[in-house]
Amino acid sequence: MNATEWVPRLRRGVRLDFDAVRRSAVALFPEGVLLLNPTAEAVLRACDGTRTVARIVDRLGEHYAGVRVEDVVAVLRGLAERDIVERETT
Amino acid sequence: MTAAAPFGLLAELTHRCPLHCPYCSNPLELVGRARELDTAQWRSVFTQARELGVLQVHMSGGEPLARRDLPDLVEHASGLGCYVNLVTSGVGLTEQRMAELAGCGVEHVQLSVQAADPARADEIAGTRVTAHKRAAAAAVHAVGLPLTVNVVLHRRNLDQVAEIIALAEELGAQRLELANTQYYGWALRNRDALMPTRAQLAAAEPVVRAARDRLAGRMEVIHVIADYHEEYPKPCMHGWGARQLTVAPDGAVLPCPSAHVIENLTFDTVTDRPLADIWYESEAFTAYRGEDWMRDPCRSCPRRAVDFGGCRCQAYLLTGAAENTDPVCSLSPHHDVVRQAVPETSVEVPFRMRALPVVR
Ligand SMILES: C[S@@+](CC[C@H](N)C(=O)[O-])C[C@H]1O[C@@H](n2cnc3c(N)ncnc32)[C@H](O)[C@@H]1O
Ligand code: SF4
Ligand code: SF4
Repeated sequence: MNATEWVPRLRRGVRLDFDAVRRSAVALFPEGVLLLNPTAEAVLRACDGTRTVARIVDRLGEHYAGVRVEDVVAVLRGLAERDIVERETT
Repeated sequence: MTAAAPFGLLAELTHRCPLHCPYCSNPLELVGRARELDTAQWRSVFTQARELGVLQVHMSGGEPLARRDLPDLVEHASGLGCYVNLVTSGVGLTEQRMAELAGCGVEHVQLSVQAADPARADEIAGTRVTAHKRAAAAAVHAVGLPLTVNVVLHRRNLDQVAEIIALAEELGAQRLELANTQYYGWALRNRDALMPTRAQLAAAEPVVRAARDRLAGRMEVIHVIADYHEEYPKPCMHGWGARQLTVAPDGAVLPCPSAHVIENLTFDTVTDRPLADIWYESEAFTAYRGEDWMRDPCRSCPRRAVDFGGCRCQAYLLTGAAENTDPVCSLSPHHDVVRQAVPETSVEVPFRMRALPVVR
């Protein structure tokens, strides 16, 4: 499957939030906590379970300059490694 | 060294429990009901923990459902923004209670299972549990929460690991933790009855691996290795006082759930010192934070940033000094005590069941 057709979804039990103590976006999930940089946060917030990677890139492009498919895919694969996003089905 | 803020709080709300698992990591000296923190004290613990940086609260014990104020405590922790995980044996988790707890903010449930068949499960739990497990899993699904099934593995259930995996599938787990017994508390007391042979572990390995591949994308299978059989120790707690803290039923604040065994340390309680003070300044939390406390071989070992020298409690329990290298490590001069604990053949040794002492 072409990575741009991947429909990334947050895993069940994952919640995005803002930690006022650390002043950082965070992903909370059964096994732990992940501090999110602004890029990872923007990517995760764009994952609504229906958008493909291609549409996520378009959407991010409305707000940020120079969004590249390969960067978004790399962020999503990293988040899948950490069990925040469901893995790509091949 | 300056410590980072903690992410997780293990709240051991009570030591009361309807089960008697001989593998239980709870201390031999269990805290009786009369010494438990009350509702207001627990609420204060959660408030202080969130201010300190805690984002994840594990409601555990003992059996957390034995606390009648559990919904109140969940609601409070969740209202502060914490992710609330309920860690339970499932006994007493009816559909009604689960619905109430989910409404109060529980976001994930970890259900323990003792064995694959009712007879063995009842023998290990010391009471009848099987119907409760099924009802509890169904109750979790009814509210749509993710479910992790946790099974502590040892000599008396390793042979049925395939059936255990099948049961977890049937219970609809999203994750299955197959956790080989860690030898603390009651488990250490029952070590001779629980410790598997190398052959038993080796036989389970391919079964788990095959299941993990077969179930990929449906149920995540996590295999926590038996550390006595390994070459290097586990990165215990990701380092002492690094990411998580435990509050015991009586309010004692511990760097890990079994730290109270280290008799040369004194542990503050939430009733006499602010939580932030305890985390950043107390003797117990600073004792083994970072690397300054290390002795050889850890002090000069390149793996020290990977495993932090293993577990301080295990070093204390098995070598008499928490500063020593965890004897699970093959480089430890005390490694023989671990090697000798692994049996050649599997003989049946009776369990000493976990029990609360008569109320003092
Ligand atoms: C101490 S129990 C308390 C919560 C509840 N009573 C239960 O058993 O689920 C917390 C978790 O630790 C696991 N556990 C208990 N003793 C253990 C041991 N010696 N080694 C590894 N895990 C253990 C249990 O299976 C459970 O998932
Ligand atoms: S491990 Fe067993 S005995 Fe220990 S607290 Fe949990 S259910 Fe109770
Ligand atoms: S010597 Fe210490 S740091 Fe090195 S592997 Fe063993 S426990 Fe880890």
